[in-house]
Amino acid sequence: MSHPIPPGTRDVLPDEMLELRELTEGLRSTFGNAGYGEVWTPTLEYEETLRTGDAGGAGAGYRLFDEKGEVLALRSDMTIPIARVVATRLGETEPPLRLCYFGHAYRAAERRTAELREFLQGGIELIGLPGAQGEAEVIALTEDALDRAGLRRHRVGVGDGTLFDRLLDDADVPEEARGELVGCLSARDLVGLERRVDLLGLSAATRNRLVELPSLRGGAEVLERAGGEAVDNLRELHELLAERGAADRVIFDLGLLRQLGYYTGPVFEVYDPAVGFALGGGGRYDELIGRFGRPLVACGMALDVGRVHLAQAAEERLR
Amino acid sequence: MSAPLLTVAVPRGALFAETLDLLDRLELDTADVRANDRRLWFADAGIVTVRPSDVPTYVEHGAADLGITGKDVLAERTDADVYELVDLGFGFCRMVVAAREGEDSIGESLRRLGRVRIATKYPRTASAWFARTGRQAEVVEVKGSVELAPLCGLADAIVDLTATGRTLEENGLEIIEEIGPSTARLVANPVAHKLKAAEIDDLVARIRGLE
Repeated sequence: MSHPIPPGTRDVLPDEMLELRELTEGLRSTFGNAGYGEVWTPTLEYEETLRTGDAGGAGAGYRLFDEKGEVLALRSDMTIPIARVVATRLGETEPPLRLCYFGHAYRAAERRTAELREFLQGGIELIGLPGAQGEAEVIALTEDALDRAGLRRHRVGVGDGTLFDRLLDDADVPEEARGELVGCLSARDLVGLERRVDLLGLSAATRNRLVELPSLRGGAEVLERAGGEAVDNLRELHELLAERGAADRVIFDLGLLRQLGYYTGPVFEVYDPAVGFALGGGGRYDELIGRFGRPLVACGMALDVGRVHLAQAAEERLR
Repeated sequence: MSAPLLTVAVPRGALFAETLDLLDRLELDTADVRANDRRLWFADAGIVTVRPSDVPTYVEHGAADLGITGKDVLAERTDADVYELVDLGFGFCRMVVAAREGEDSIGESLRRLGRVRIATKYPRTASAWFARTGRQAEVVEVKGSVELAPLCGLADAIVDLTATGRTLEENGLEIIEEIGPSTARLVANPVAHKLKAAEIDDLVARIRGLE
């Protein structure tokens, strides 16, 4: 007799659980040693809270009513709940705040590779440290945590979620044409992007910048090739990462966009060559906590623990 | 021989010959692939041969860094997270709506039944097309010989890919709408696109330099 569980969920049995525990303990102690205090927040939030953080509710897919008819939602990430905590319960604590978490989040998106609807996130939030200083700390700590997890070849992709918008501003691309362009870049349909840019009737130089800049990926040389002031913030970030000895694992990717709407600057993704999908991601979100009434800049990173575990296993097989 | 820098998923089927020609021009060694019709994996050349519709799957999972497949396949596999890098230009065909010649079967069904029944191997493409053109459609997925569906009453019309239109004609069908053209595309795994950026960019530049 079959007693199914909902698609995108899974049971964990003891052998796997031991490995997952070891992984999360390693991450937790790395975060803890760096001064990041662990927090817990409820799995259920008022839907309005998620919508305050992100107009689309950050992709929350499961909603229910409580006994008073209030709409609750299963959290779709940990960043919005933590922004709420920082603005409320921790409202008197002087910044910078360093917080970490381990918890399940829920998304009902179309199922893709290794994409579960219930997944365990482990991550860090660094609140009140502006600009490249904050981002460098978050990236370096993520690298350390994955070192501790036994990965050897992991990389952090770094882009700027606002870069393409600024390029579109510079090129005076009309508002109504932007949605499709951003959609193409977001899906990395570079053929579609080029075609649509060609329809805009721009000068050759502007056209090339819109098409070529987002396809630049690589080390610091990418920032040189990009030229101009557009990536000054990433140049500064690279310098700070180099000072920390954390620059070698970074790949600048000037076409990187993240799906969530609350990012306001640099965005990150984590990769390992043994698996074909990102292990996690994050970025700078300087306006999110302000939406809960406490204007504080912040950035953070979330790892999908299940995917990091897959990468661990794949790397071990290759050794 | 050292391991190749990139693994490419090559589609067996209509695009196979032109894909191998392209790889030859890029100085990849396809002699083994040409000589072995049944072998699937060519480790020395960095080539895996798969069904065209499986290319997005292999590439999405990172089993191949790059792949070549038709835009028709990509439009159907919107669930697969792959990057579309280059329009390779060959393998031109059109995605069309076709119905029995001389009959307005779609109009008739819409008028009397409020919906049209469409048989296709491309359910997402078909649903999206009828949604975009504001018509209710019931999409029936079949795996092959789609041309049969309107003839024996399985569907009012079909959505299918055609190069010359000959098969449609021979089965008494005519093209009544054109959804869009399709050509072969080079796609990349999202992680490989970053971690092997230099190798991939070099290959893309050489493809663009061919013409």
